[in-house]
Amino acid sequence: MISTMHYVAVSLAMLLIGTVGLLTRRNIVIILMSIELILNAVNINLVAFSKHHGNAAGQVFAIFVIAVAVAEAAVGLGILLALFRNRETVQVDEIDLLKW
Amino acid sequence: MNLDVFFFYAFTSLALGGGLLAITRRSAVHAAIALMVSLLGVAGLYLLLQAEFLFVSQIIVYIGGILLLFLFVIMLVNLDAGKGLRQFHKNWPLGAAVTALAGIALAVLLSRAQLPPPQQMPATGNVELVADTLFQDYLVPFEVASLLLLVAVVGSVLLARKRA
Repeated sequence: MISTMHYVAVSLAMLLIGTVGLLTRRNIVIILMSIELILNAVNINLVAFSKHHGNAAGQVFAIFVIAVAVAEAAVGLGILLALFRNRETVQVDEIDLLKW
Repeated sequence: MNLDVFFFYAFTSLALGGGLLAITRRSAVHAAIALMVSLLGVAGLYLLLQAEFLFVSQIIVYIGGILLLFLFVIMLVNLDAGKGLRQFHKNWPLGAAVTALAGIALAVLLSRAQLPPPQQMPATGNVELVADTLFQDYLVPFEVASLLLLVAVVGSVLLARKRA
């Protein structure tokens, strides 16, 4: 039988995969994808506990998370395009103008 | 073997395997395709959790919207130049170590968690239930979310347009 804890464990694994991608990759597009993975992990958690408590509020929150993820992806990719136009690179460690 | 269990592990392996592929691929297009597999697996998990509305919106919004946006940007930006380069930071072990530490801490916390007994969802349909909650209890956040999306649309157009 699949319990709520199974879903929470899946969510944890997905969160860790996203965090590793976020902290170790150099390509900015992959970093944005890792953020999407993290947000999806949060959503799994929200929906699993929504079912556990018999309350739809968790699913409503997941809808809000999806809306925020869309906004984040749109703005992030816009910034990426502007950045690429100016610096001709998508490797995050080459974008170090503000680094001391 | 129970069908529920089978589908849970099938969708879980899709979600986690796709995620692992997405963060390890060299080519950004391959990573985007792997991310699509992962998002489909998550959508399947929503279906198993009886969140049908989220299942549909996950597929429409994530795969139809966000992933398409990613692919467009990958086509616009010449990512092939970075293909031969190092794919990971110089100090990637630090990032991996921090993640492992956080993972161990969270796993310990989870193993000690004691959940209250599960409750039944009300018998009305999922879409109806979500709509009732969304438009009765969370109407103001809903309107604020629409404002956020408007700001995001205008902002991303402003950011991405060519300077005259």
